Amino acid sequence: MTLQFNDETFRDDYSFHNSERAIKRFPFPFDKDSYMYVVNMEQHRGGPSDSIYEMRFDVDEHYVSEMRDRAMVLADDPLRCQSLPHMTLAGWDLLELIMVSKSEDYPDLFQLHRDGDKWHWINKPLGIDDHFTFMDETTLPYGPMEYITRQTQGDFCVLDQRDDNLWMDAGTITTQADWSLDFDIGMNFFEWHAPVPLAHEKGIFVRALKFLLNIQQGAPARRLNWTMTVNPLLDTSPENYHKWGIQKTSLTPENIGAKQHLRVELQTFFRLPRSNALVFPIRCYLCAFQDIVSVPKWGRRLHRVIRDLPEELATYKGFIDNRPMMLDYLSKFDDGQDTSNGIWPELDSEPPLKT
Amino acid sequence: MSKFEFPPSIRSRPVYGTLEVRAGKHHLMIADAAGAEAILDVATPDLMAKTHIIYIPRGADFEDKLRALNPAQFYEGPSYAASVSRIQRVLQDASMGLQVYLTGTEGLMGQAQNEAMQAGIPHTAIQTEHRGSVARRMQCVHCKGITEDVETDPFVCSHCGLNLFVRDHYSRRLAAYQAVCIDAEDPGNVPAQKGIYATETEQ
Repeated sequence: MTLQFNDETFRDDYSFHNSERAIKRFPFPFDKDSYMYVVNMEQHRGGPSDSIYEMRFDVDEHYVSEMRDRAMVLADDPLRCQSLPHMTLAGWDLLELIMVSKSEDYPDLFQLHRDGDKWHWINKPLGIDDHFTFMDETTLPYGPMEYITRQTQGDFCVLDQRDDNLWMDAGTITTQADWSLDFDIGMNFFEWHAPVPLAHEKGIFVRALKFLLNIQQGAPARRLNWTMTVNPLLDTSPENYHKWGIQKTSLTPENIGAKQHLRVELQTFFRLPRSNALVFPIRCYLCAFQDIVSVPKWGRRLHRVIRDLPEELATYKGFIDNRPMMLDYLSKFDDGQDTSNGIWPELDSEPPLKT
Repeated sequence: MSKFEFPPSIRSRPVYGTLEVRAGKHHLMIADAAGAEAILDVATPDLMAKTHIIYIPRGADFEDKLRALNPAQFYEGPSYAASVSRIQRVLQDASMGLQVYLTGTEGLMGQAQNEAMQAGIPHTAIQTEHRGSVARRMQCVHCKGITEDVETDPFVCSHCGLNLFVRDHYSRRLAAYQAVCIDAEDPGNVPAQKGIYATETEQ
């Protein structure tokens, strides 16, 4: 189908919205009625038609507006995009991966013409038509990582691999769940995850690292992660927390359905061919509670997960104070009926809400 | 002086050891304040004959004792900032196998470690021993300004004036802990200041 791009904002008047199509393809992150950390990795080799898993880099109705928001964040704070000097080659690897993937997966939106190292890139939604020389930074307006990530939804961590560890040595991070690239750059896998509660003790990071170190070219992996955000704010950065934190207190029983968003990250992992770096895109999808509960299975399940979540996780994810109000709202959409396994909406087979 | 036992913490927080003499032709010791005592504890005439000591007293009085060790080179600087270009110059000439010893406050060790790393020495090859003040070097995540020698939690950013709480999350590259606005969700509601280690829970 032809994509219609929304003209919307992720700040100030928050005109962000999901179409019916976007709600149905929202990556609901809970495959059962409870949640705890697990190493929930799987191969990233496509998925159901029109799902967010289908393409290597999903492009959706929010693309153009998200890229406009990223440009605003970077104009305000250039430190959100940084690359240590040894990571430039990985930046070229990433540029190639994204240009090749998008031009193959969305030929009506993106085109890449290559004649040796003379490349011609056309990005129709953003109105970009650039000729440049591959591996020659002087022929692009930004470094290669910044150039291509200004045109691709999701945050990008580019991880160097050495000493049996992964190092956060480059990235473009403007839609983050409250962590700072500027602070974490140069850290290893265990260090940048240090503030996460419970998962270290469960051995999650040791196993996840072992898995990631062994990701091969052409065999990307993926997982979902989630948190909560009041208002469809992409830039929930620690840098600006003193400005947006107050919004968490603006929920009322009347506005919670529209204001409270489940924030889901599709995290993917690709080995890069020349640098042997690992790129770790973190794609953020937002969905208002009132849109989630329009899917009966998701309404039932979200209530149960939030109700039973350990206190440490609700605190770490920043919604412990709002949990009682969330549960008051969500309980109206949980009639106690069983839910089917898996994340998909199952609109045809799940029973409607009993009233 | 007895050594402070830091409570167990998260994986990004540095862990300090006890200096021990390692084999090597050249030794660089950088210390501030009570860090002088750690040098005095390991010094031997043989070691000192191959050692360059850079010392920032910060009000402590160890100069005579350190000089009496007869180090190959001795420098006493009035502040870290005043000494850093000298440290960089010394590291520039470092030959393979130079042993680096850092001791004193966390801020001194973190910053000097960063210089050594930039000179190509892996941080895992650098010895550290904490002595003296447990104050921290804090980076405000909002304005990026560094506030030195923070002893209380919360504290006021010396650059932007926000009320910040003290995290254990630490960046070697910045040689600083992260500080985050404490009253963002309830402006003006700032808890009473307490010492960073006043309770060992909830860091």
